[in-house]
Amino acid sequence: MNDLNSHELLKHLSKQLKARKVNQQITLMEVCGTHTMAIHRSGLNQMLPDNLRLVSGPGCPVCVTGVSYIDTAIDMAKQHGVTLTTFGDMMRVPGSKENLSEIRSQGHAVEVVYSPLGALELAEKNKDKNIVFLAVGFETTTPTIAATVSLAKEKNIKNFYVLPAHKLVMPALEALISDPNLGLNGFILPGHVSTILGSKPYEFIATKHNMACVITGFEAADVIQGIHMLIDQIETGDPKIEIQYKRVAHEEGNAKARALVDEIYEPCDALWRGFGSIPMSGLKLRPAFEAFDALKAFPVTVNDEVENTGCECGAVLQGKIIPPDCALYGQVCTPEYPIGPCMVSSEGTCAAYYKYRTS
Amino acid sequence: MKTIQLAHGSGGKKMYELIKETILAQLGINTDNGLDDAAELHVETSRLAFTTDSFVVKPLFFSGGNIGSLAVSGTVNDLLMKGATPKHLSLGLIIEEGFALEDLNTILKDIKKHCDYAGVTIVTGDTKVVGKGEADGIFINTSGVGEILPETNIKGSNAKPGQAVIVSGTMGEHGVAVMAKRNELDLEGNITSDAMPLTKTVLPLLAKFAPSVHVLRDPTRGGVATTLNEIALDSHVEISIQESELPVSPHVQAVSDLLGFDPLYLPCEGRFLAIVDGDKANEIVAFINAQDQNNKACIIGTVEKTATTGGVMLTTLTGGKRVLDLPVGELLPRIC
Amino acid sequence: MCLGVPMKILELHDNGFAIAESGSVNLKISTQLLEKVNLGDYVIVHAGFAIEILDEKAAMETFALLEELAKSHEEVENERFK
Repeated sequence: MNDLNSHELLKHLSKQLKARKVNQQITLMEVCGTHTMAIHRSGLNQMLPDNLRLVSGPGCPVCVTGVSYIDTAIDMAKQHGVTLTTFGDMMRVPGSKENLSEIRSQGHAVEVVYSPLGALELAEKNKDKNIVFLAVGFETTTPTIAATVSLAKEKNIKNFYVLPAHKLVMPALEALISDPNLGLNGFILPGHVSTILGSKPYEFIATKHNMACVITGFEAADVIQGIHMLIDQIETGDPKIEIQYKRVAHEEGNAKARALVDEIYEPCDALWRGFGSIPMSGLKLRPAFEAFDALKAFPVTVNDEVENTGCECGAVLQGKIIPPDCALYGQVCTPEYPIGPCMVSSEGTCAAYYKYRTS
Repeated sequence: MKTIQLAHGSGGKKMYELIKETILAQLGINTDNGLDDAAELHVETSRLAFTTDSFVVKPLFFSGGNIGSLAVSGTVNDLLMKGATPKHLSLGLIIEEGFALEDLNTILKDIKKHCDYAGVTIVTGDTKVVGKGEADGIFINTSGVGEILPETNIKGSNAKPGQAVIVSGTMGEHGVAVMAKRNELDLEGNITSDAMPLTKTVLPLLAKFAPSVHVLRDPTRGGVATTLNEIALDSHVEISIQESELPVSPHVQAVSDLLGFDPLYLPCEGRFLAIVDGDKANEIVAFINAQDQNNKACIIGTVEKTATTGGVMLTTLTGGKRVLDLPVGELLPRIC
Repeated sequence: MCLGVPMKILELHDNGFAIAESGSVNLKISTQLLEKVNLGDYVIVHAGFAIEILDEKAAMETFALLEELAKSHEEVENERFK
C-alpha cells in the first residue's frame, strides 16, 4: 500500500503545511480520539501553519463513558459473579470507587479481548460462566458487537451478554454545533465512523451551519491532506462534505453494517461524561434480543452519575479549551494520577497531549 | 499423563528421583561426585558480575522459546550488559502440583540448549513443589556469575553528549510473540520471540571495541523506550532519537497497528542498546551485523546534551520533536 | 474511536469468516459486515471484523497526489537554496 508513512514524503508534506499562508484565524476540530492520537504521536501538532488551531472533540468512546457505567459493570462482577470481558481501553477508566484493573487484582474475573468475538468464544468454552461484554464504541465498533450478538443468537449461546454503552456521533455533533460561542470553522471528520455512516448524515453541518467538513484517514499524510482541503473550503467560502479518505470511505457508507445495528439495537438517551445526557445518542437492545441484556439478567442498582471531577474535562471534550488551558493538566492531573476522563483513557485528549508533549 | 506431585517436593525418595533422573539428567549434569549444598567456583578475576532474575511469563510456551530458554538468556544477557563473560548459573524451580512432566522435560531441554550455546554451566539450584493453585504452572529464578573483562567500564551512568545510540536489531519481537496467543487473539505467521543469549555478538564486540563502549543495556519489559529513559535518568543527559531510523519488522508493525501498540514500548528479549563513541559508531554497527545474521544493528540517535533530570526526545517522521515518555499502565489491545 | 488496519484476504471460509494477512501476520476475521468480498481483496479490519473493502485505485491516486505535492515542495525548497 505504497508507503504513506515514508520519511521522504512526510518530511516535505509537513514543512509545506507549516509554510502555508493562512490569512484568517481558523479553528478546526478533530472529532475522533484516534485522530487526536495520530496528530500528536506524529508530531503534526507542531507542523500546523500560523493562524490554524486544532481542538479535540468527544471522539473517544472511553472518555465519554460515565462513572455509573463502570460501577454497574463492577457491581455485576461482585454481586452476580459474572466474568467481565472488555476492550483494553476500558481497564483504567475510573468508577466512583475503583476501576476494572483494580477489581481484577482483587480476584474478580475481568478478561481483555481484542474482538467481541473473543468474548463470545470465551462463553462457548466456559458454559458454566456468564460472560458480560462491555459494549462501548461509536458507529465503527457497534456493528462488530451487533454481529456478535446475532451470531450468539444463531448459535444459541445462552451465557453471553452485553452491557451496552454505545454512543452515536451525530447527536453529539449536533449538541456541539448548537453552542453559539463554539467558534469552529470546520471538522476533521472520523474516517472509520464515516466508512459505516457515509457522508450524507453530515450534510446539515455544511448546509445549515456553513462549516467545512473533510472525512479524513488516520495516517499523518491523510491528516495533512485533509487539513489542506479544509483550508481550501474555508478560504473559497465553499463549505461541503468532502472525502479525503477515498480509498475506504464512500458517500453511501456500509448499508449492511447499519442494517445489522438497526436489527439488534434501537436509539435511546445516553449519558456522556463531560456533556451530561444527550437525547437519542445511545443504543439499547431491541426486545427480540432481551435475552442478551446483562442489565436484565444481572440487575444492580448504582447511584446515578456523579461527576467527581473538579476538572474541565467537559470543556476539553467540547473543544472549548485545549488541555494546557486546564489548571490541573500536567501538574495535579497526569497519566499516573489521572483525575478526569480525558487523562485516564490512553486515547483521551489530555493523555494524548501529555504523552506526546514537546517538553 | 505423568505429573509433578507434592511428594516430589517433600525431601524423600521421590524428590531425589525428580532431581537426579529428570532435572540433572536433562541438564546433562553428572553427579558422580555427589550433590553438595553449594558449588565451589574458580575465577581468574577480582571483578565479578552477579545478577538474578525471576521468570513468570504467560503463556509458558510461545513461538521461538519458552520460560526455560528465557530464564537462561535473560540472566546471561544481564551479565553481558555489565561487560562480563557469563560463567555459571543457578536454577531455582517452583513447580505447581499437577504440572505435566513432559512440559518440565521440554523446558529443561531448552535450558540445557541455551546454556550450551552461551557457554555457561548450571552449578547449583533448588526445586520446590507447591499445592494446586499456589503457582501458575512453573516459576523459574536464575542467578548468574560472570568475569568482567579487564578493559571494560560499562555503566548506565556513562552516557555523555556526542555519543551514538545503537540498537542491535528489530524491536518488540518478544512482546508480539507472547501477545499473539493472548487476549483471545489467534495470530499466526512468522512471529517468533527474539529470546537468545547475546554471547556470540557482545563478547567479540567488547574484545575489539571495549574503550569505545560506555553503556550496554538489554531492553526487556518496557521496550527500547523504557531502557533509553533509564539510561538518560542515570546519566543525567538528554537522548535524541530519530523515528526514521527505528528498526521495526513488518510483522511487529502489523500487530502494533492492529492492537494499537507502539513498537518502542514492546518487550524484547534478545536485543541490546549500546552507547558508543560517535566516531566509532558506524564501524561498530558493521561489526555487530557481521557477528550474527539475526542482528540488524543501526544508529537510532545520539546523546544530545547534559540535563538535570535527563530524558528522551523523539524526532518524528514529520520533523516534530516530542518527549518519548516512560510507559503508563500495562500493554492492552485498544480499539481507539 | 476506531483503529482500522488494511489486511489482504488469503482464505474465505463459508461460515462468514476469512483469513486476512498483513506484514506476514495472519488473523481470522469475520466478513459478516460486507456484502461481498473476494480473495486478494484488501479490507479494513477493526476489532476482528472487516468493515470495508479498500479501493486500491483510490489508494494509488491519493498516494500519487501526495507524492506530487511533496515533490513540488522539494523543488521550491531546492530553488531557495540554489
